[in-house]
Amino acid sequence: MSGHDHHGFAHVASPKLLLTTFFVLIALTLLTVLTAGTPLVGPFGAVIAMGIATVKAALVALFFMHMYGDKPFNVIAFLSSFLFASLFIGLTLLDSSHYQNEIDAFPRTPPVVTPK
Amino acid sequence: MALAETEHGTETHAEHGHHDHAPFIAHHFDGPEQQFDSGKLGIWVFLVTEILFFSGLFVAYTLWRSHHPEIFEQAHVFLDKVLGGINTVVLLFSSLTMAWGVRSAMLGNNRNVALMVLITMVCAAVFLGIKAIEYSHKWDLGIKVAAQWQYTASHAAATFPVAKALGVSDWLIRLSIVPTITLIGFAVTAVILQLVKQPLWSKFFAGMVVMNLGYFLGVVGGQLYMKATEGGTGGHAVAVPHLQPASLIRELGTVQDEPAPAAGSQEPAPADDHAATDHPANTPAADGVDHDHPAGSETAGGHADEHAGDHAAHADPHLPDPAKLSRDVGIFFSIYYCMTGLHAFHILGGIAFLSWIYFRSLRGDWRPDYFGPVDYVGLYWHLVDLIWIYLFPLLYLID
Repeated sequence: MSGHDHHGFAHVASPKLLLTTFFVLIALTLLTVLTAGTPLVGPFGAVIAMGIATVKAALVALFFMHMYGDKPFNVIAFLSSFLFASLFIGLTLLDSSHYQNEIDAFPRTPPVVTPK
Repeated sequence: MALAETEHGTETHAEHGHHDHAPFIAHHFDGPEQQFDSGKLGIWVFLVTEILFFSGLFVAYTLWRSHHPEIFEQAHVFLDKVLGGINTVVLLFSSLTMAWGVRSAMLGNNRNVALMVLITMVCAAVFLGIKAIEYSHKWDLGIKVAAQWQYTASHAAATFPVAKALGVSDWLIRLSIVPTITLIGFAVTAVILQLVKQPLWSKFFAGMVVMNLGYFLGVVGGQLYMKATEGGTGGHAVAVPHLQPASLIRELGTVQDEPAPAAGSQEPAPADDHAATDHPANTPAADGVDHDHPAGSETAGGHADEHAGDHAAHADPHLPDPAKLSRDVGIFFSIYYCMTGLHAFHILGGIAFLSWIYFRSLRGDWRPDYFGPVDYVGLYWHLVDLIWIYLFPLLYLID
């Protein structure tokens, strides 16, 4: 085969890049575990934890999934899923209080604790 | 993306009139790069559907957390941050080895791809082993989905002889049946294939044995951790006092606050009078015996230090009082089991796909112009990791 013109499409990640990404991910995991529930994050704990998770997700996507060297169309297709997922969650949340009165009025049977 | 066209002889060559096909290229592709790009778009689109698939569960989570934050605050004490954190690190490490495997495949180093993919599979199995410890511990306590909520702040007794002998719960034995059968099956198959001179397949099944042992590594490690923390707390979230806001535990109330720790368990908890001081669950039972668990037949109180090492029924004085939990706390666990269960099925699927990559690495299929399948499975594996990156803080780190 001719071959020579087909070797250019592999984006080989360097060991240094992979290891750096990994250790940053571990550091962020430790950070999120150690700060959870401490006065350091205060009432914004959930927001900060989600922020750290998003940074970690971005690192995984960019370097482990080598999105940084991928075709823009693939990147747009993938990121669009987050757009639609947030629309899904956001619009559902907007509508979720509408029937709260009826839900509260609905009689519920108490949970029955049965022997295991 | 199979090795589709190995019969790509001169006829095809002449018909299409372009350069020689490599053996791995399906005949409808122009060349390796076009084939690779097509597969890559395909896997990205699949990952999009995966995210939308999971997003339904994230909707359930968000709705319940926004409307009923109290059940999340009460429920998260049952989740162990240490076990969840270890599993996070295990998955991150498996992502590293996976990415390294893709790198090796791009360089055509098949030996290294096989090694990296094998480590990735072992990590996946360790993850499931630790998950089995977490699940079995919860099921022992009756922490199940909302419809089957049986939480009484006491551990179920082991009844299986093997569970008694090993000092573990029945649920852990049930969860470990399939992994034990597969382990034996893989080992026997590897030996037989070696005997009939099928070294490639024998090597593959030997790798599967190593992968399968990862599950038991996770189980043993998780169990040792549970035993190490059991003296104090039974191994749930409260095991890490410096990470656990003590005020929350006090606020919820623990069985320890009550005169007779094990007494509350046999009373059905009425839904709407949790705050009532004369709740029947808060009064000692007349004879102080735990009626739910005759197998243990220990008197209430005074046994907390005796149970270490066995798996007899016992009330755990460090667990929240069931009568003080919200009537909807089981909803959290419905969501928890759906999210982590679906994720665990993806881990299982990942092991299946990775084993296919492992076999082809042993066969030596990868070369610098053909590594697509490694890359595609790698992307899937990273997505499974990515979803866990969100699940971990959402479920384990609620404060």
